[in-house]
Amino acid sequence: MQKVGIIGVGQSAFVRGYEGSIRELVFEGFSEAMRDAQIKPEDIQASIICSAPEYDKQRTPAGLMAEYLGLNPQPTFYIESVCSSSSMGLRVAYSMIQAGLHDVVAVIGFQKMSEISSAESQERMGRGADIMWESPFGTMMPAYYAMHARAHMNTYGTTEEDLALIRVKAASYGQINEKAVYRKGVTLEKALESDPVSTPLKVFDCCANADGSSCIIVASEEMARKLSPKPVWILGLGAASAPINMAGRTTFSGLTCAREAAKQAYAMAGVGPEDIDVAEVHDCFTIAEMMAYEDLGFAEPGKGKELIRNKETYIGGKIPVNVDGGLLSKGHPIGATGGSQIRTITLQLRSEAGPMQVDGAKIGLVHNIGGVGIYGNVTIFGRDE
Amino acid sequence: MGFERFGTVSFVSQTKVAKFVDFLDEGSVMGTKCKSCGAKYFPPRSDCAQCLSSDMEWFEITGPGKLVTYSKLMYAPSGFEKDLPYRICVVEYADGVKVFGRISSQIPDKELAIGMDLVAVPVKLSGDKVSYEFRRP
Ligand SMILES: [Zn+2]
Repeated sequence: MQKVGIIGVGQSAFVRGYEGSIRELVFEGFSEAMRDAQIKPEDIQASIICSAPEYDKQRTPAGLMAEYLGLNPQPTFYIESVCSSSSMGLRVAYSMIQAGLHDVVAVIGFQKMSEISSAESQERMGRGADIMWESPFGTMMPAYYAMHARAHMNTYGTTEEDLALIRVKAASYGQINEKAVYRKGVTLEKALESDPVSTPLKVFDCCANADGSSCIIVASEEMARKLSPKPVWILGLGAASAPINMAGRTTFSGLTCAREAAKQAYAMAGVGPEDIDVAEVHDCFTIAEMMAYEDLGFAEPGKGKELIRNKETYIGGKIPVNVDGGLLSKGHPIGATGGSQIRTITLQLRSEAGPMQVDGAKIGLVHNIGGVGIYGNVTIFGRDE
Repeated sequence: MGFERFGTVSFVSQTKVAKFVDFLDEGSVMGTKCKSCGAKYFPPRSDCAQCLSSDMEWFEITGPGKLVTYSKLMYAPSGFEKDLPYRICVVEYADGVKVFGRISSQIPDKELAIGMDLVAVPVKLSGDKVSYEFRRP
């Protein structure tokens, strides 16, 4: 089987309130990826547009974006799995290329969350759960993840301070990522003193809403070798799902969709957790990163806290995680997030990550979760020797 | 129609299991059980995902069950602000059925402990709405 590679990556700055329309926001990530790949819109054979609906008024955004980006008359369509939409888009692009339908596909993610208020945003996100049986109780994303945090603490003795340490790490890297929405440092004291949002999670345990776009240019092996001096290869793809209703879950101290997706991705890539040099995990909340350490096999169940206490997930540690600031500091524009994670790993494997570079990184991993563990995507990337 | 009476803010009005709301009025929290294969469901469903039968019967969630996990919300989504603060949870029963809901404000925070016994009790909300909450047995 041929390989499939990434030949261009781009993302807009992730910002609090983008002063432009969604088409202009998407242009920023797209144009950067096109400059990176050094190709033109006519070289793109299909585009996949990824976002979560209801943040803006546009219905069927694929049609709008394809026109604005100069991608007519090539096929375009929309992929949605809330926060993991653009990782799912990458999976579809991979499939189309392996099937021989296209040689070059653009995966474009975006979200302009600032079109609505924070409470409205929580209501929309809350409806990314079971609207018939859970939303009537007044649920929102932080509360769902908070229930996981409570279970993890009760089962394994993880503490609020352990979670705060994850935020401190994220903020230390957010400061050096010029595309991040939150550029300030966070001390352990400040994280622990922040107001509760949904116990035991506090303000600093939660990622920042942001507006942003991302774009990944995916190509067949032949085209990648022709067009790119440093293609990054997709070595393994995993995807899984879990019950949307919490009543259907078998555990609250991890995400089964992530475990299943990781198993698939490792098997396909022929590598294990010990082979990963740098990882991007879906830290929409600090507890989500803690669970990711364990669901991905970087630590045994319950031992994730040792990784952060010993700074093993910092650059220079055993397995650097989210050294671009993660969703916590970089920001989490839903549909753009997966693409941004893939961009970070691509730059790492090309040794172009600047001050965030993990020296000699050869194999990278992206863990991107949709909703509260409804959709799990794990993708493993590698480079030529 | 009828299901829009469920919860503080509801998003669904029509369902084949709308009788759930009538049972709440009568004082029972009910799930459904597949008559064909015996699979038990909460939340109640009209169709069995195990054997694909649609021949279901109601059964009462009795208990007590045990508190699996919970969280106290200090912020709320649109429409729930006046309820703050409130606590959501998952409770597991001996037959493996789990129920998601709110913990009664009658139980103080400091008395909450994972593994404690709780029972699901129907409650009346303002505006002719109904729900259920978890209380001490
Ligand atoms: Zn059945």
